[in-house]
Amino acid sequence: MHTVFYKLAFIPLLLLFLGACSNSEKNSLPGVDQTLAPEFGDTFIEASIGDASTLLPVLASDSASSSINGLIYNGLIRYDKDLQIEGELAESWEIAEDNLTITFKLRQNVKWHDGAPFTAADVKFTYDLYIDPNTPTAYAEAFKQVTHVEVSDPYTFVVHYAKPYAPALISWATAVHPRHLLEGQDVTKSKLARNPVGTGPYRFSEWLGGEKIVLESNPEYFEGQPYIKRVVYRIIPDVSTQFLELQTGSLDFMGLAPLQFARQTDTPAFRRLYNKYRYLNFGYTYLGYNLKKPLFQDKRVRQALSYAIDKQEIIDGVLLGYGVAATGPYKPDTWVYNPDVPKYGYNPVKAKQLLAEAGWQDSDNNGILDKDGAELAFTIVTNQGNDLRSKTGEIIQRRFKEIGVDVNLRIIEWATFLKEFINPGNFDATILGWTGGPEPDQYNIWHSSKTGPRELNFIGFKNAEVDQLLEEGRRIFDLQQRKVYYDRFQTILAEEQPYTFLYIGEALPAVSRRFRGVEPAPAGIRYNFNHWFVPKAEQKYSR
Amino acid sequence: MLSYVTRRIIMLVPLLLGITLISFVVIHLAPGEPTDLQTQMNPQASSELQDRLRVQYGLDKPLYVQYGKWLAQLVQFDFGESFASDRRPVLDKILERLPVTILLNVLSIVLILAVSVPLGVVSAIRRNSGFDRTTTILVFTGFAMPSFWLALLLMDWFGVRLGVLPVSGLKSLGYEYLSWGAQLLDRITHLILPVFVSAIGGLAGFSRYMRSNMLEVIRQDYILTARAKGLSERTVIYKHALRNALLPVITILGLSVPGLIGGSVIFETIFAIPGMGKLFYDGVMMRDYPLIMGILVIGAMLTLLGNLLADLSYALADPRIRHSQQENSST
Repeated sequence: MHTVFYKLAFIPLLLLFLGACSNSEKNSLPGVDQTLAPEFGDTFIEASIGDASTLLPVLASDSASSSINGLIYNGLIRYDKDLQIEGELAESWEIAEDNLTITFKLRQNVKWHDGAPFTAADVKFTYDLYIDPNTPTAYAEAFKQVTHVEVSDPYTFVVHYAKPYAPALISWATAVHPRHLLEGQDVTKSKLARNPVGTGPYRFSEWLGGEKIVLESNPEYFEGQPYIKRVVYRIIPDVSTQFLELQTGSLDFMGLAPLQFARQTDTPAFRRLYNKYRYLNFGYTYLGYNLKKPLFQDKRVRQALSYAIDKQEIIDGVLLGYGVAATGPYKPDTWVYNPDVPKYGYNPVKAKQLLAEAGWQDSDNNGILDKDGAELAFTIVTNQGNDLRSKTGEIIQRRFKEIGVDVNLRIIEWATFLKEFINPGNFDATILGWTGGPEPDQYNIWHSSKTGPRELNFIGFKNAEVDQLLEEGRRIFDLQQRKVYYDRFQTILAEEQPYTFLYIGEALPAVSRRFRGVEPAPAGIRYNFNHWFVPKAEQKYSR
Repeated sequence: MLSYVTRRIIMLVPLLLGITLISFVVIHLAPGEPTDLQTQMNPQASSELQDRLRVQYGLDKPLYVQYGKWLAQLVQFDFGESFASDRRPVLDKILERLPVTILLNVLSIVLILAVSVPLGVVSAIRRNSGFDRTTTILVFTGFAMPSFWLALLLMDWFGVRLGVLPVSGLKSLGYEYLSWGAQLLDRITHLILPVFVSAIGGLAGFSRYMRSNMLEVIRQDYILTARAKGLSERTVIYKHALRNALLPVITILGLSVPGLIGGSVIFETIFAIPGMGKLFYDGVMMRDYPLIMGILVIGAMLTLLGNLLADLSYALADPRIRHSQQENSST
């Protein structure tokens, strides 16, 4: 449930599975021709931990709803398999030279699932809907940079910005809503929330609350009907149950836990049924220091703590090796990643030395460092329900103890955690995670204007140069030029260590072998779901 | 009798009011608000949005105003709308989950009664025999076993290894295309494990209860009389003793009425059954106040009604109580 809260950007379905394929464990069945011609039919069954909340993307903020909405609706653009932006409902687009205007040319052959034609009026309506103060949406921010929009003809949509805004383009990956069904209505009362009408590859068929959601392929989809006829989301709240269902073959897809991936699926029976894949997630786990506390205002203390943590030990122990050490907010296989930043390998000697420089010594020989009569002790808080984080905390606790830092670990229920600890700044250090996407803008997390209550820079990081880099970085469209700003940004973060960046985990999906056309790419495996198919002879569900 | 019932029903009103007031206050004491949970840690959501949401939900008003508004709706049988992003009426959400919860709980109670009554009776008649001791050990093992663990073991054994029962859920995929008989079979096979697991914990309490009731009754003079009359042991036990020993069961059944709509979170989560327990749990985690209150009110009402029904049926079933009541009301 908690993954919902860590979204860095509005991410359509495909991006939930983003990431480069670092190592595919797919092995072909001997004698099976992988170049079969695609055939229509069969059902794809996937489990979801939680029920969707609403199938109106403007209102949905949970991952279950988002992944289903990703099949029902389209945006103007999307990320392709290499994480490049490509047109979806937009045939093409043009960014004016001053970077202040984007003109989208829309596809003309697109129909809503109820048969009504899709036009630029729908796009304008969607924009109006998102910025309407009465719409309780979490996704209005990116559109607030827009000064005005125009519909110059039914298939041309023009957006104007006051200042250049690099994340602007990808904000138009937002699902387009049907004007003819929503206009003039209170969107929170709309029937579409449980009976959606989109333009996407799958049409809504059935929703049994808490049980399952069924989608049927759209024969009139503008990119051609998807091969898989039906998609079923079964709501199975318990991952052990999901795993048992997977073993009986009644699920076709499941994101595995490291333990399941490493130890429980290495049987001939499992390999006969499923292919396993692995690739890096977008998103990292960190130990964040509350910079409003005097203890953490000394950079040397933060650096020392980073040296005291053995990241590889955490990756091996908690993720069973399925992850890489994080050095900053970006993952290694993206264009924006800067490999040349100061790194903090495990070095307890250096850690002690830095702490000594900062005045922390064990003067009373009790094994815990002290300064001016106060011991070096603090509490790490994290949220309940995330086993990886609490285990990470335990490992860190022991390593800190070894250099004479006494650490308490507190695990707190999510709502209480936010209300009592994070919002009032009532914490020393916290283990949390951020999930991102290919767009590198980090303004909301690191800019000094975002340190207010309930804002994301809750550790209180303030750095004038970083502020400037973030402000300018989001105004530049050219990637090469842009990278200069974010390279420097990463260097400063690495030097300052406001977080100890811990690890980036891997996605570990298992997919039924029936499905062909799965091609791991930087975007993960789900980007080409519409092209997956099952050869007639292997189709399992005839209806 | 009628005035007694009326009096009891009137007394329910202040009781119910008190329950709702306390529940309302306690729920709002828990830190965190639904708006925090929907918007926080989401970089796209601004502080203004949270403030706007609070106004939309009426969370900006003082607590007593919120309670008054909620109560005013309740007396018109309007439970309000859920704070979840679907904003569905609370009653719809509850009604959607109710049938399956009731079905499972009824089946489970029937199974508990069907097994534990004979077990208790036989254990009582053959007190301290090998049978008595074995069943004691068995039912307490069942009682002590964590239900999630037992459930997973059974799912792995019958679902994965033997492949004879479905692992989870209520219906198979393609259920709607099955014939009438196959549909029934499908439902039954899906219910076997959940009903068994949910019943096993209740066996211990009920069978021990039955056993001690029976022991109590067997010692009574009228049983001695029945035996002295020369009735067969069978008649003595099953006709005279059992009937009296079953009387307290009415109380227990009455008390289990609210349990009929309450589900267990762990159990529903494991078997992927969309029941009331999970609905309530998710509501609490999301601080969905109207939903939590709706479930609590219905639960409280059923508890009170269950108590009332138990008392009334007691009076009907047991002449001694009936008579003493009439004497009371006549004085």
